[in-house]
Amino acid sequence: MYVYADNAATTALSPKALEAMLPYLQGEYGNASSLHSVGQRAAEALQKARDTVAEVIHADPKEIYFTGGGSEADNQAILSGAMAGARKGKKHLISTAFEHHAVLHTLKKLESQGFEVTLLDVHKNGVVSAEEVAAAIRPDTALVTIMFVNNEIGTIQPIGEIAKVCREKGVLFHTDAVQAVGHLPVDVQALGVDMLSMAAHKFHGPKGVGALYVRRGVPVVNVIEGGQQERGKRGGTENIAGIVGMAAALKEAVTDLEGHMAYVTGLREKLITGLTQIPHSCLNGDREKRVPGTVNLCFEGIEGEGLLLWLDAKGVAASSGSACTSGSLDPSHVLLALGLPHEIAHGSLRLSVDAWNTEEEVDHILQVVPEVVKYLRDMSPVWDELERGEATHLI
Amino acid sequence: MALYSDKVMDHFQNPRNVGKMEDADGIGEVGNAVCGDIMRMYIKVRDGIITDVKFITFGCGSAIASSSMATEMIKGKPIAEALELSNKAVAEALDGLPAHKLHCSVLAEEAVRAAVKDYYDKHGVAYDPAIFGCDSCAHGHDQAPGEA
Repeated sequence: MYVYADNAATTALSPKALEAMLPYLQGEYGNASSLHSVGQRAAEALQKARDTVAEVIHADPKEIYFTGGGSEADNQAILSGAMAGARKGKKHLISTAFEHHAVLHTLKKLESQGFEVTLLDVHKNGVVSAEEVAAAIRPDTALVTIMFVNNEIGTIQPIGEIAKVCREKGVLFHTDAVQAVGHLPVDVQALGVDMLSMAAHKFHGPKGVGALYVRRGVPVVNVIEGGQQERGKRGGTENIAGIVGMAAALKEAVTDLEGHMAYVTGLREKLITGLTQIPHSCLNGDREKRVPGTVNLCFEGIEGEGLLLWLDAKGVAASSGSACTSGSLDPSHVLLALGLPHEIAHGSLRLSVDAWNTEEEVDHILQVVPEVVKYLRDMSPVWDELERGEATHLI
Repeated sequence: MALYSDKVMDHFQNPRNVGKMEDADGIGEVGNAVCGDIMRMYIKVRDGIITDVKFITFGCGSAIASSSMATEMIKGKPIAEALELSNKAVAEALDGLPAHKLHCSVLAEEAVRAAVKDYYDKHGVAYDPAIFGCDSCAHGHDQAPGEA
């Protein structure tokens, strides 16, 4: 049995999305900007997809900008917020230490261009407080950008409360909802956010396509200059097949969303209950405020990459915030932001399941992970010291 | 292309000489948990020959494979030869390591040297301290031709 438990990294393309895409990869190859009927059919498909995405998140179709993925949407949202502020002399940005690098690196770039960035504490449980957002807002704050669901540990942020605080103070608010859309109810009206990023491949759509919601009236800055595509805000001939696939996958993901959430939460709870029985392990992130499918654990005395390679060999695809997987010597910036010591953060495991996973697959994970953890601990000098009482257990 | 060569995967999944040694003549431990790699190497010495080697390692796949390969390369060899083991030789024997993993082969070289030094110290063997002069220069060694 081989279990794919890395759905927070990417998901399999849904057959329904593929079916919707195929005509636009074959016969319907028109350019949506062309005046002839071939092009106009592509333009129609584009409009339908835009309507679908807008409907799912309760936006107006004119507020949806298709992009080349979640990272591009994050870049565009942050640059837009920053530029809108800068025009009024506001050059302060607020975010958190555990954002995705699409956000953190964009903020870093802006910092080098004279913006000031405040990164809020995410606390031990990986949840930002709206009060702390309010306290951090200054008269010169241009934008607050905080993720909806953390990609590594799965914690859900109080987006509605933060949006309310920002609106009261007249500050733009963007949320990177790449890990939320298709997995949780997302209603931009009810939440009151100004901008929201999403990526198709996180909910069984194709890779390389995403969207940015921008509330009407918020000025959008181009990341890609070009033609008049996306109302002049994103140059380049539209990826019709990808966009149609995104809409089809999203529609499918939110059909019986509640049922899916209940089912996936059940799988997740079984994983947490089973795996936290491993001695000297801990669950990272708030126990309750988490997206249905994501579990992140640390196992003391072992290093994450060895764990992942063994799990792969034994039929489980998972991921880790392990330093070695990224090529840097530092462990996950997310786990460090929670205050975990380096030596614990090195031994992390992220399992992300979704509605495509089965109970049997979870049982397989529950059988394999404890075996591999024990094997690696038996050959670990760190574990040896802990066992002999020469070092003290941290978890 | 896979991250690791078949040799690295073989030594990772079937590590040679893995385990602890109760009656070791020398024990060397290098690395630290904060950085994510620790190797401990045990040696048994008879008449100047390393007759047995064991290791335990906390670290990534290439750290485990490098430890395993290093033990194979020094087992049955005279101490003087073990001291000549270079990180480059370990990485080459593994058919190369990705560039950012070369430090694992450096740790393996250092673990061998630390075990020999411990043996010398414990058994009152006189040596020129200069031969262990580069304990702490984990970043200055020759880089083996690895793949990026």
